[in-house]
Amino acid sequence: MDVLIFIVSGTLAAATALIFAAMGELVAEKSGVLNLGIEGMMATGAAMGFVALSLSGSYTVGFLAAAVLGCLLSMIHAVLTLVFRADQTASGLAIGILGLGLSSAIGKRYEGRTVEGLPELDFGPLSDIPIIGPMFFQQDIMVYLSIVLIFVTWYVVTRTKLGLVIRAIGESPENAHALGLKVRLVRAGCVGFGGAMAGIGGAYMSTAYTPLWAEGMIAGRGWIVVALTVFGTWIVPRVAFGAYLFGSMSLLELSIQAFGWNIPSQAMSVMPYVVTIIMLAVISRNLAFIRLNSPASLGAVLKIS
Amino acid sequence: MSRLVIEARPERSVWAPIQVSLLAVFLTCLGGSVLFMIYGVSPLKGLDAIFIDPLRTSYGIGEILLKMAPLLLIAQGLAIGFRAQIWNIGAEGQLIVGAIAATALAIQFQGTTSPLLLPAMVLAGMIGGMCWAGIAALLRAQFNANEILVTFMLTSVALQLLYYLIGGPMRDPGGFNFPQSIRFDPAAKFPILIEGTRVNASIFIGLAASAIAVVFVQRSFVSYKMSVGGIAPAAATYAGFSSKKAIWLALLISGGAAGMAGVGEVSGPLGMLQRNISPGYGYAGIIVAVLGGLHPIGIIFASALMALVYVGGDFALLSVGVPNAVTGIFQGMLLTFYLACSFLLTSRIRWIKPDDLKQEAMAD
Repeated sequence: MDVLIFIVSGTLAAATALIFAAMGELVAEKSGVLNLGIEGMMATGAAMGFVALSLSGSYTVGFLAAAVLGCLLSMIHAVLTLVFRADQTASGLAIGILGLGLSSAIGKRYEGRTVEGLPELDFGPLSDIPIIGPMFFQQDIMVYLSIVLIFVTWYVVTRTKLGLVIRAIGESPENAHALGLKVRLVRAGCVGFGGAMAGIGGAYMSTAYTPLWAEGMIAGRGWIVVALTVFGTWIVPRVAFGAYLFGSMSLLELSIQAFGWNIPSQAMSVMPYVVTIIMLAVISRNLAFIRLNSPASLGAVLKIS
Repeated sequence: MSRLVIEARPERSVWAPIQVSLLAVFLTCLGGSVLFMIYGVSPLKGLDAIFIDPLRTSYGIGEILLKMAPLLLIAQGLAIGFRAQIWNIGAEGQLIVGAIAATALAIQFQGTTSPLLLPAMVLAGMIGGMCWAGIAALLRAQFNANEILVTFMLTSVALQLLYYLIGGPMRDPGGFNFPQSIRFDPAAKFPILIEGTRVNASIFIGLAASAIAVVFVQRSFVSYKMSVGGIAPAAATYAGFSSKKAIWLALLISGGAAGMAGVGEVSGPLGMLQRNISPGYGYAGIIVAVLGGLHPIGIIFASALMALVYVGGDFALLSVGVPNAVTGIFQGMLLTFYLACSFLLTSRIRWIKPDDLKQEAMAD
């Protein structure tokens, strides 16, 4: 039973950063903008969140600062792709590189320091329920907020007029523009939301999950997030499921060490990347299925004047 | 009412790409000045440390040429794919695998003085890089898996593979358990070109690759077909140009080039396989390729500039005390500003006065 508790509670915590960033990226991609700079925005968020928390002592300030900086970085992407009609791939890579440089500059003096991790929420007697308590009611607030975010994203994207507008713009920005929809404004909003969420996801890594800042600590999670949107074929529940799947995988490494199996640690470290590659190949194999689900204008240069 | 309008350029000037690149460099300097002010360093002093200081000494110039070699090689390879809209962002991983393959030969033939060892290592590195990129090509061509994501993931795998090998099978038995390979024999290293510097003959591979790239891009039908595939995929399909062939070619060429760049590192300044073989050359290569306008000649200048930023970043750390994280920010700014400015290649901004509007209205 202990193992099950460890797996469930560990997965929830490990997936939280992925959920935040993935929901943000999903919304941006639904509007037709691919943002490959998630890794850089998460790293910047992680550094900024850690520094803001160290300086202010407030988690709220930490997460807000991370969200604001992530959003600002993503705005560069929005301006490049929406105003200057730059290639979305190149622009995403640019802010990714910019973000990584920025994160290392921001966090330089805080390298290797630690802070107290985000405390668990107190649910009173609920936390004491055997099995269920330690699994679900001994987590920090961001874990629950990430679950709320999944439902909100799903609801907004599939059940509201705003969601319809976003999807219409993602399918055909030219037609949406002809209908009088504010294509650039909505896309910028979606990209900004993605940036803010990536920033929060990064900050969760540095202030709650590992509570420390170290350069390169995002370790490819931003790219896994981009892969998750393909893996989940742009459907909210599937993307969330993918995030939990990858969250559970990072536990594997810890468990193997705990059991004392004689496997090189590097073999465990490559697991998330190898699984991502295999998953991508398996999911993408069915070209018709991908074409059916992906926003039709995803990655294309905006052609409206 | 006068207003700004954005309109398409009727024709494209030959010099436009160069103007755009220079404008991007100028804007980066402006952005860099702000950065230096944040660090409390006078902008002029900071820019001097990064862009001018390295050029003052022969040591500095040597370091620039040393760093230019891998950047040039990687960027020439990547540009061929980028033109076809095939984005290999995993040159870093292909560089690592190339270095590993070459090291395997250096260890196997330890003690030899044969002049054939180095060429064999370069070949092994090229094949290593091609194999690593070939995985992405196979997955993209056969399974439609996004090559951007796959090449990135493969870089992470390559890094772990490197850590495993230098921690075990390839570790120097007499090296006090340090995670590094044996020191290479002279026969396994590129000869030094200029005494007193670390410049080695590997830069000739980069220059040769540039010459080949010029011929390949300007003269070959294959390259033309790939470009059409990048600019107008529907037209390419209609003309019967195979997209699978383009994918394989783009990834194998760029992978092979990155692999050879890896050999240049282990057989050059490092002289062994160790944890840090590259300060992000694979990623900087992407910037160099784009900044050079995806043109072989442009890339030569862009790689020199990027090498200068690398060396200048180190110089700035020593002389004015700004952390070398500024190197990364400068690189990011160069690419960002270039993308913003390249908008001017196809469009122009015009200030329309009320009189002009009236005239245009009358013309209508």
